[in-house]
Amino acid sequence: MLRYLFGDDLHDHPKLRDSMFRDRATQFRDRLGWDVTVDEDGFERDQYDDLEPLYVIWERADGSHGGSARFLPTTGRTMTEEHFADIADISTLKSPFIWECTRFCLAPQAEPRVAGLLMLGGGELMRGFHLDHFLGVFDARMIRIYRMIGSSPEVLGTSGAGRDAISVGLWTYTDADRELVLDRAGVSSALSEHWFGEAFGERALMPMSA
Amino acid sequence: MAQRLERFLEELEQATSLEDLQAQIAALREIYKVDHIVYHWVSSDGEQYGCGTYSREWAQIYVERDYLRIDPVVLGCFQRFHPVDWKRLDWSSKAARSFQKEALAHGVGNQGYSIPIRGPNGQFALFTLSHSCQDAEWDAFTDRNRRDLILIAHVFNQKGLEFEKRRIPEAAKNLSPREIDAMTFLAMGYSRAQVANTLSISEHTLRAYIESARFKLGALNTTHAVARAMAQGLIVVGITGPDANGGWPGKLADRRAS
Repeated sequence: MLRYLFGDDLHDHPKLRDSMFRDRATQFRDRLGWDVTVDEDGFERDQYDDLEPLYVIWERADGSHGGSARFLPTTGRTMTEEHFADIADISTLKSPFIWECTRFCLAPQAEPRVAGLLMLGGGELMRGFHLDHFLGVFDARMIRIYRMIGSSPEVLGTSGAGRDAISVGLWTYTDADRELVLDRAGVSSALSEHWFGEAFGERALMPMSA
Repeated sequence: MAQRLERFLEELEQATSLEDLQAQIAALREIYKVDHIVYHWVSSDGEQYGCGTYSREWAQIYVERDYLRIDPVVLGCFQRFHPVDWKRLDWSSKAARSFQKEALAHGVGNQGYSIPIRGPNGQFALFTLSHSCQDAEWDAFTDRNRRDLILIAHVFNQKGLEFEKRRIPEAAKNLSPREIDAMTFLAMGYSRAQVANTLSISEHTLRAYIESARFKLGALNTTHAVARAMAQGLIVVGITGPDANGGWPGKLADRRAS
């Protein structure tokens, strides 16, 4: 299922948490060769994981990590502002309606639809919280995958070349993308809304009558 | 409504004390015609402040009984960054239910909408509106006013930060060169399509620059943002058309820097 977990929720899901940070080490250090820090447990964690971000995580049937992305509001500290100021002028974008998306990660041997599921989760955040944009940092080779999912960012700058290329881009919320992303993710709108509701309390409306 | 809110934001900008904030929050309650508005924050060095329209009695009980520890609104918003309708929170525990009953008895209202804000260095704030009404009415109210309320909450928080001791100056108002360009062309009467074209960016990206400038300027909409940018001297307009060198106000980087 698609889970929406804040940093302080992770301790309730140790298997999911640990496999996510391990898979991130595999993707960002081993596969992409990024200069990331991996601790003695094999977890790739950085200072932004300590800021209680919101994670969108695809949880496999066995409770392990299938893919994930990390979100922070641009009103606070962000990786884009602190590390990618030289890439594009957008690094100083600030608004409660613009969130940063980083560490888009797919587990080794993830099914093709997992990227679509993560995009779907991002879209649900935009829809549910009335966001206008995501500002994203990603491996330049992801651009092709995003395009295939039907949710292409506008690439605003790239640093490095070839294997080392890292891009900064902007996603804008449009209703039109949703159908295609649902199709790529292979789930119904109702199921996706249910998962979102599970996380943010849509299901248990408390009667508030005085 | 929009004009009253613009005037309110101008006055909030001038606030220099907690008393001023208290007066502003009472004024805002009149504008929105809700039962209560409360703003409270925990500074980066752990000090707590608050202002708002709850009765003195309820505020006192809240502090004395340490309700911060059981209030589902605080528990549900701490470490979060999305606005929360009180209906979505977990009121199921016995402590929460009895707290709710007491809050209702003190006129807090059966509906609430809380906007959590994360400031720098662990600063945290909560901006809350509460009211007594049916669900449908409250949903319509929050839907209609969400964007303005989120902005106002953040402007309040900028003020809260100003009152902090050992405050690190915020660079929030520093518009980026592209944001200044966008504001300048809009002020000159260019359409969004023309601005995007002139800056060689897509209209989507332009929207992000405008949204960011609006937020940094504490403005309700684009027109308000342009007016504020001009009033604060961040953009200069008035010389229409390109100058002898083919540049125009806001266009040349060296002018901006000077």
